[in-house]
Amino acid sequence: MGEHDIRNFSINFGPQHPAAHGVLRLVLELDGEIVERVDPHIGLLHRGTEKLIEHKTYLQATPYFDRLDYVAPMNQEHAFCLAIEKLAGIEVPRRAQLIRVLYCEIGRILSHLLNLTTQAMDVGALTPPLWGFEEREKLMVFCERASGARLHSSYIRPGGVHQDIPEKLIDDIEAWMETFPKVLDDIADLLNENRIFKQRNCDIGVVDEKEILDWGFSGVMARGSGLAWDLRRAQPYECYDEFEFQIPVGKNGDCYDRYLCRMAEITESLKIMRQCIAKLRATPGDVLARGKITPPRRSEMKTSMEALIHHFKLYTEGFHVPAGEVYAAVEAPKGEFGVYLVGDGTNKPYRAKIRAPGYLHLQAMDHVCKGHQLADVAAIIGTMDVVFGEIDR
Amino acid sequence: MTMIAQDEIAALEKLEAHIRKGLGEKLADAVITHGELTITVAPEAIRDTVAWLRDDEGCLFKCFIDICGVDYPAREKRFDVVYHFLSLRLNQRIRIKVMVDAQTPVPSIIDLFPAANWFERETYDLYGVIFTDHPDLRRLLTDYGFEGHPLRKDFPLTGFVEVRYDDIEGRVVYEPVKLTQEFRNFDFLSPWEGTDYVLPGDEKADQAGKG
Repeated sequence: MGEHDIRNFSINFGPQHPAAHGVLRLVLELDGEIVERVDPHIGLLHRGTEKLIEHKTYLQATPYFDRLDYVAPMNQEHAFCLAIEKLAGIEVPRRAQLIRVLYCEIGRILSHLLNLTTQAMDVGALTPPLWGFEEREKLMVFCERASGARLHSSYIRPGGVHQDIPEKLIDDIEAWMETFPKVLDDIADLLNENRIFKQRNCDIGVVDEKEILDWGFSGVMARGSGLAWDLRRAQPYECYDEFEFQIPVGKNGDCYDRYLCRMAEITESLKIMRQCIAKLRATPGDVLARGKITPPRRSEMKTSMEALIHHFKLYTEGFHVPAGEVYAAVEAPKGEFGVYLVGDGTNKPYRAKIRAPGYLHLQAMDHVCKGHQLADVAAIIGTMDVVFGEIDR
Repeated sequence: MTMIAQDEIAALEKLEAHIRKGLGEKLADAVITHGELTITVAPEAIRDTVAWLRDDEGCLFKCFIDICGVDYPAREKRFDVVYHFLSLRLNQRIRIKVMVDAQTPVPSIIDLFPAANWFERETYDLYGVIFTDHPDLRRLLTDYGFEGHPLRKDFPLTGFVEVRYDDIEGRVVYEPVKLTQEFRNFDFLSPWEGTDYVLPGDEKADQAGKG
């Protein structure tokens, strides 16, 4: 066969592929089994969230944020609420802050459990997802008991959280935290020293510090390479500055280190939750900053005409947010999730740009995958922790 | 959240003064609001500004965060292209704004920050802002063969075409949007606070007044 007969081979990966974690279409150019070029085609799940938000009141826009990263819904609405509160200058009551922290950490565990177990599935292990999903189900029940919905909770509201959580729920979360570490250890036993798992993940998708900055990586993608950057510590929002927790970092910046980081972060989240529960028990009180942007108490509405009018106005017209622009970011499970909010003084956002961490990770696919084997593409997608709800918006 | 510590503001003001000195005439405006620093530069100066902010020892805005567009149809230069950067060293964020109209291109910063690639594509896709020297300025989020720029304020929320799978033709067909009920865009602004539009039917009263 002459040299002119050899040419690269292009294949389509997805949009319907179990390892694509959603609707991702990759156009891969292969030289044998080596990936030469990756062209991700995104937008197959584009719903025009940002356009829709511009046409809804602030309160009606909050549920759209649950639908971005639907694996850890509350962390997203948290970012949006922080942006509104920053713009409107609202102080959140302490109990609400603690509940927010508690549920954000639950969200982090939800996301990491899904990610690291499905990553194990992508490289061939079937048991971890079964065990992990059982625990996720229990966590989603906690979300349901607080907000009424397992996934799209719309629980964190501008000015606080929608409702207080009952004492029994706090007890049950604490009881769950007693049993969960055992499950986590079991999963770690299956994977940590698993020969196949290590062969598929060690030295795959290595990123260094320069790449992290140039490509705007955040979250575990940055910490896996030893960059101890965590917004909860570096730019504390809510009341994260009073919690004690470690920031796990990796050493080699490969898929395996990122897996270990996520495992360690789950343990750290449990630590935060434990402190949070102790503080919650000692902090009774209101969970909403009472004022123009939050509804009046139910009991007040029965007796006060003004409260009833306020309630009606709030849920039809909504509240007005002063003109201005802010950027609020949270450390979501996948990295820095930011909202750039422009208000024009009316009851609707003028512009809300959503900065999803997975978007930046996925756009570096071509850069990270170049020179890897075709089979590694699945491992790299897994480690980048992409969820198409937030990437396609 | 509301209480922004005094030392944070002081640090920002120091940074602002440093940037004013470093950028000189390139800097059109710099303001600090809500504890965030926003600077405005001309489109021609964006590459120099970003490069300077990245490399200067007193700034080191090395981490790319975001690029997005904002549309103000009433302005002559209707688009804002908004850049966000983060400095891990200073633990500060910065926002850079560039004002352009639909025809003026913005120089791409893709060789300074490769991460700008998709963000510039997205801004082009959703707003129609053109970036020069971008190697691959295709649409990103919208459908293959989509027309228009959906995040412009004059683009209707419902769009212009809808798609469905046609069983007879055996393919996806595009048709003009048909709404069984007119799209209801409620206006919640209080009439007592003054509106700037004419209520349906009221235009006659206006004519009668003139006549």
